[in-house]
Amino acid sequence: MKPLNSLLKLKLLLPLTLVLLCGPAWAADAPVLMMATTTSTDNTGLLDYLKPYFEKATGIELRWTATGTGKALAMGQNCDVDVLLVHAPPAEMKYIADGYGQNRREIMFNDFIIIGPAQDKAGIKGKSVADALATIKAKQAVFVSRGDNSGTHKKEKSLWVAAKQDQPEKESWYVQTGQGMLASINIAAEQSGYTMTDRGTYIKYAHDKGGNPPLAILVEGDDVLKNQYSVIEVSPKNCANAKADLAHKFSEWMAGAEAQKLIGDFKLMGKKLFNPNAK
Amino acid sequence: MDYIIQGLLQAFQLLFSGDAETYSAVAATLIVSSYAMAASLLFGIPLGFALGHFRFPGRRQVRLIVDTLLSLPTVFIGLIVYAFISRQGPLGQMGLLFTLPGIAIGQTILALPVVIALSATAVESMDVNLRTTLLSLGAGRRQLLQSTLWEARHAILAAALTAYGRVMTEVGISMMVGGNIKWHTRTITTAIALETNKGQFALGIALGLVLLLIAFVVNGSVSFLRKK
Repeated sequence: MKPLNSLLKLKLLLPLTLVLLCGPAWAADAPVLMMATTTSTDNTGLLDYLKPYFEKATGIELRWTATGTGKALAMGQNCDVDVLLVHAPPAEMKYIADGYGQNRREIMFNDFIIIGPAQDKAGIKGKSVADALATIKAKQAVFVSRGDNSGTHKKEKSLWVAAKQDQPEKESWYVQTGQGMLASINIAAEQSGYTMTDRGTYIKYAHDKGGNPPLAILVEGDDVLKNQYSVIEVSPKNCANAKADLAHKFSEWMAGAEAQKLIGDFKLMGKKLFNPNAK
Repeated sequence: MDYIIQGLLQAFQLLFSGDAETYSAVAATLIVSSYAMAASLLFGIPLGFALGHFRFPGRRQVRLIVDTLLSLPTVFIGLIVYAFISRQGPLGQMGLLFTLPGIAIGQTILALPVVIALSATAVESMDVNLRTTLLSLGAGRRQLLQSTLWEARHAILAAALTAYGRVMTEVGISMMVGGNIKWHTRTITTAIALETNKGQFALGIALGLVLLLIAFVVNGSVSFLRKK
């Protein structure tokens, strides 16, 4: 009776399936803090480096999902995470004013830089940001934009405004990738174009290219290029499920002496990626 | 081109050095795809069988819908599942977001139409004489069902393998619902997406080869069992 055999197998499969579906294998013992953060803190390896120290100090397991600041804020608004580590101060202020977050605490900064091929065909090296963008636009040199509403993208858009230039959109030289920072740098390199990045990600990129990257720093040091990272706790008033106490502990720890020193010590190729500046 | 050769070497390195991150992603991939396959076969085979075996009004329309759902984009499924299981969504209280079962729900939605459509086709395309032969031999309704299912077993197995391939290789659902969280919801495909984003192309290729190797082992064992 072959058909019966196959039915028997199905009957055996059924309880197995139920066991698989109900198995609580993912239930963790330590309290879990869920964070949404930007690609730069993850791609540079900073979070992997801080995680064990944080867990040792507090006994809290830190998990994060790395995305653009825009989506990270949306995840906080939807109560899917407990805490945010982001870098778009104007959007952060609005987020707190709207009642979605609380206790914004500045943790560290680096700066944005404009990078491009060393030959620098458009000739922007050493110029101010406003001049550099105007030149890129006038010469229609390829400029790679994140185009993903991330903190870096928001910053770039604000720089076009500050430079009194119309925000490019459909121009053939303006490439919107919709991808993370390292991916966008790689695209810029492929197209011998310019792009704006945070310095931490650029150092990581240079490190990955064995210290000899095809794209060089052309514009830096302008005051408008500061890149501030802050921790924001998701407001328990908006999200009853938010683990506000854990989020607060994380915020305190990040601003505390131990983490601030660790951040300052985090180097690639002897260069600091982030400067601690918690008050 | 270097990436490909480097990737090949790195794939073996990752596997044989017991790289913890790689094995964590392999485990996540195997766990979610097992959940998704178990659920989609459990519901899909009976539904596909019914769709192929019985003649009922509206059958063609149902078939059309199932066939259309074969084209469901994975990022779209990811977005819909996210909307449902986000804390603000109707199923938010279950805490499924950023978990493997959450991903499995999305992948079940992905696999279900494949299992239903292909097993319905398998049952449909069986010898029309089978039914009359069985009935003339005095088979009851129950025996008729069992025999039909048994005769269609190879085609249904092929349906399961096709669905498995789709589930194992998707990235949209895993990324959006799972969040690519290291040690927890990072699957092989989201790890490939991440490494590619980071410009670590060789590592991305290595992970892709690891995924292919797993597919080879799965298909190999099925083909071995079939021979027996």
